[in-house]
Formats: sequence, structure tokens, C-alpha cells
Amino acid sequence: MTASAAGLLPDAAGHFGPYGGRFVPEALVAALDELDAAYRHALADEAFQAEFGRLLRDYAGTPSRLYDATRVSAEVGARILLKREDLNHTGAHKIRNVLGQALLTTHMGKPRVIAETGAGQHGVATATAAAMFGLECVVYMGEEDIRRQALNVTRMRLLGATVVPVSTGSRTLKDAINEALRDWVSNVDTTHYLLGTVAGPHPFPAMVRDFARGIGVEARQQCLALTGALPDAVCACVGGGSNAIGLFHAFIADETVALYGFEAGGDGVPTGRHAASITGGAVGVLHGNRTYVLQDEDGQTVESHSISAGLDYPGVGPEHAWLHDAGRARYEAVTDAEAMDAFRLLCRTEGIIPAIESAHALAGAVRLARSMPGATILVNLSGRGDKDVATAGTWFGIK
Amino acid sequence: MSVAVAFDKARADGRAALVGYLPAGFPTVAGATGAIRAMVEAGVDAVEVGLPYSDPVLDGPVIQRAAEIALRGGFRTRQLLSTVEEVAAAGVPVLVMTYWNPVERYGVDAFARDLAAAGGAGLITPDLIPDEAGDWLAAAEAHGLDRVFLVAPSSTDDRIAMTAHACRGFVYATSVMGVTGAREHTSAAAPALVERVRRATDLPVGVGLGVRDRAQAAAVGAYADGVIVGSALVRCLLDAADLAEGLAAVRDLTAELAAGVRAARR
Repeated sequence: MTASAAGLLPDAAGHFGPYGGRFVPEALVAALDELDAAYRHALADEAFQAEFGRLLRDYAGTPSRLYDATRVSAEVGARILLKREDLNHTGAHKIRNVLGQALLTTHMGKPRVIAETGAGQHGVATATAAAMFGLECVVYMGEEDIRRQALNVTRMRLLGATVVPVSTGSRTLKDAINEALRDWVSNVDTTHYLLGTVAGPHPFPAMVRDFARGIGVEARQQCLALTGALPDAVCACVGGGSNAIGLFHAFIADETVALYGFEAGGDGVPTGRHAASITGGAVGVLHGNRTYVLQDEDGQTVESHSISAGLDYPGVGPEHAWLHDAGRARYEAVTDAEAMDAFRLLCRTEGIIPAIESAHALAGAVRLARSMPGATILVNLSGRGDKDVATAGTWFGIK
Repeated sequence: MSVAVAFDKARADGRAALVGYLPAGFPTVAGATGAIRAMVEAGVDAVEVGLPYSDPVLDGPVIQRAAEIALRGGFRTRQLLSTVEEVAAAGVPVLVMTYWNPVERYGVDAFARDLAAAGGAGLITPDLIPDEAGDWLAAAEAHGLDRVFLVAPSSTDDRIAMTAHACRGFVYATSVMGVTGAREHTSAAAPALVERVRRATDLPVGVGLGVRDRAQAAAVGAYADGVIVGSALVRCLLDAADLAEGLAAVRDLTAELAAGVRAARR
């Protein structure tokens, strides 16, 4: 674990133990090498870091606040601290990674970015950064997700992005990534694939983590300042896992802090209708890396199911697979129903409408509070719920 | 039977080898077997049998659609192996082209063992690069199988040398930066890529992506050791009203392509 905490994982070829790596067409290797070199240079480049820091502060509005959620704490019997990533520009943690990669794109001299999106949060963040940097932007989005996240589709189009509906496979995030990879292999000279999570081929899992790790760095300092101590546990939802790794990374060396990732349990893992890759999947290769994958006996990817478009993905970032195997982080599934109960709880007690993704993290914290009464539990409120009001209205029968 | 046999035979004829791709299980398991046999009878020198996969990121719409139909029909990996066994009897080398996860799920060594037992020549692996192929290279060595990796116009000379060194059978040069599918014009980048591969290895070089007719087969056959055709053959089956019409179209196109490689000016 100390290797990961010290930033030594992945290895030079992108492996977190047996996970990660590069399972891609050879045609993409040169672009991945170029990206890896640009990212390594940026990590050590004071000018890059200063510019990235300025954008995060003045444009994205970070550091995001840590909110002592006393009303929800009283309800659940533990001290719940909310890391308010929902208050960032564009409404989610996604803007951090996007600003980092968009800045890298300009350094690499590429005029075009493409992205996949599930809930639309990463697509909106990418369209936003592309507008601000003057980059052409194409976002691939499954037809099913376009239907359930209509607000974000309009936002992307207002920002000047082209949203391409993907009608293959399950018509969700997985298929949007397939289409984005096909675009990338065809246009790699001019195009950066601005991948939105800590999955994909090396260097994406490490690079996206490093651009998102400010979440945990800030939260750790803020918790110390607020409570005088580290939290007993930190919680995040896990689809691909970028907000979770962004929160976890600064705490990995703090052995007293329990790390909890909550996967989308859909109708319940035993039903087979879920998106819990670690809890209910098996080791395999998907979208360029080795990790836990929802798959059948023949290694065909199985469609995932979740009320949350942003978690509706049959894989998970390879560093999470490694943290799971190493026992440093725990991964559990939260059902649609549990997540929506937590969604309503936060609306009614704190006046905060969370993204349904983030409601999974809160639902996990509520569960954790039962076994850790009085504990301090820090929850990543990774996104806001405006995009989900139609889904939630239907769920609760509110017209 | 290594695919090298097919390249040697074509070279002795003073021409490029014609390599035809069709997926197993499409339009049905039996239909695929019939189509591959038709392709062999009409003149391909070697066969690539595709393993339909749920997430074919290097494939364009035609092969995606075929894979989707095969999987909806309930296609299983073991049926690929029986398909290989049946078509290997037709007398030309049979390679399997597959994305990596189904092999890893089956068990890399078990897959190699069963493929060898079925009479398969080896694997073409579009999303497995030699850097990640330690287990496969060991299994291929143990079971005497060809391993065909891809090189691309974007590959550096160092990567071409490393990749060619890991290959057995031939080196697969993807002629364009892009996904599979027929194109109006053959690639301008391909001859230079083939030349770079030749500097790194004595293995034959096959060129794929985008070849669809006699003229293109002749053009590519003029500078490459192998002409690989996939989507155009798959389209014959996709566009046909029934299997008989599809088989006839596969035969006609294969004959045309076989004439193309023979007409190439080398």
C-alpha cells in the first residue's frame, strides 16, 4: 500500500499489481506514449501546475467546502461531513480532471477533444473546458442515457459540443466508450480522448487520479481543521471510480481511516441486474485495462443496470481492483432503493439535492453509521442532482 | 499448420496470399462454416475466423453488426473451436482473430491447447500488444501456434521491430489509422509501413483494413505478401436475402479478389 500512497503505483507500464496495463490496438500506442510523456512532464512542470491551480481556483471554484451536515448526522447517528464537489463549476468533481486534460491537450497541440459520457456530467465538463480553451468537442453518449439525462444533453449543445448518440449494445456508457475509442483510433493525430474516469489504458488511470486527487488532499486538511482529527471513514460512490480514487488517494497512508467505495447495486447483486463490478464481477479485460468486469462465462461483457447513469458501467478502475485485493479499501453494493432513500434524506434534512451517483455514497455512509455510531464519516458529495430531477420525480411519484 | 505454409505457397506462385476473414456464428454457426468453406473453395489461401465479442473497439459497423447477430443467436466460445475444426479440414491454414478477454476468460493455456487440438494455426490479437502478451507467447510456444500482432502507421520503428520479433506466421500491417471496413481508396500510408516492417523482419507482411475489390487486392498485392479482406466479405452475408445468396456472393467476391492478387504487378 505504501507504494500506492507514495505515488509509485502504477509501474512504468501502468500496472497496479495484476491490474491496469494497456490492452489496445497498436495504432493507439504512440498516442498513449505521447500522452504519458506530456502528463509526466506536466507533473513536474511548475508552469503547468501553476496554470492548473489557477484554473481550479478561479474557474472551477475549488477548494470545494467541507460541510458539517448536522441535520443528517442527527438522523443517522454518526457525524457526516460532506465534501461539496457538487458546488464546483459544472456541478461535479469531473471538472478537475477535465481542466487538467484540456490543458494537456493544448500543450500537445491537438485542436480536438472527444469524450464519452454516462450521466452527462463528464460530457458537460468537457464541453465547458473545450469552449474555454477553444477546442472542437465531440461527446459520445448512449441513446438510453440521452433519454434519461436530457438536461445535460442540452447543456453540452449550448456549450458548442456535438453530442453523438450511440445506438449499439446497451446504448449506455460502455458503448459510448467503444465509439469514442473508434473515433480516437481514426483521428488520433488531431484528437485527444479526454477520458472521464480512472479506467482505460495507461496512463489514464494514473493521470485522471492525479488530476482528481485534490479532492482528498483538500478534504483531509479540512477535516483536520474542522474536527482536529482525521475521519474514521471516507465514502464515495464507484462507477469507473474517479471521484472515489480522488478522495481515497490522500488517505491511503492513514491506516486509521477506513476507505469505502459503494458500487451501484441496481435491483440487488443477487438479481444480476446491477453495476457492481468488484462485488459481482470477475477479473477480465475491458476498455484497455485488466480489472473487475461484469462478464459471462465466455468473457462477453454483461450489460450493467443502475438507476444512476453515471455508475451504469460494467468495469471499474484498475487501482480500485488493486485496493480491493490488497484489502486497503472495502467495496460494497448499494441498491437503487437504498440510494433513493438517501437522496430523499439529504433533500429533506439538509436542503441539498445530490446527484443519484453521490446518493449511493451517502446511502453507504448511512449503512456504515449503524456499525460505527458516533464516528466521523466523510462523504464525497461528488455531484449535484439537477440532472436527476425527472428520474427522482418518477421514482417518488412526484409530478 | 502454420499460416507460413500459405505465404510460402503464394510466394512460390509469385504473388501475394489472399487471407479472408469471416466471423464464427454468423449468420448462424452452420452458416458461418458454410461461408468459410465457400471462401476456401473460391480461392483464399488462409482463413481468419473471428470470435464474436460484445465490445469490438477496432471494428466498424459491418463486423460489429455480424458479431451482434452471432451473440444474439447465443454464440459460445466452444462453437468457435468446433468451427475451426470443421473448416481446418478444408485444407488451408485457419487463424482465429479475437479480442483478448474471451481468451483470458477461457484460460490462455487451455485456449491455446484446444485451438491447437482443433487444427487452428494460431491467433491474431487486435487488442493485445506484445507488451502484455507474456502468457499468450508462452502458451503459443508450448502448443506450436502462430501469433500475429498488429502494427500501424503510427508505430515507431522500435515498436515495429519489437512487435515483429514477437510474431510468428506473419506481421499484420493495418493500412490506415481507423477501424475495419471497406474504403473507396486503398491507403497511401500502407506501402511505407510495409517497407518499415520489412526492414525489421523476414516474416511475411499482410495488409488489412479497407480492401474490398479486385483492383484494390491487386494494388495491395503488388507490395505486400498478404492481402487481408474482412468487412467486404462479411457484407456479402449481411446484405443477402438468404444464406444461399450470401454464399454465392462470398464465392464471387473471393474469386474476384483471388484474381486480383494474381493480377498484381510485382
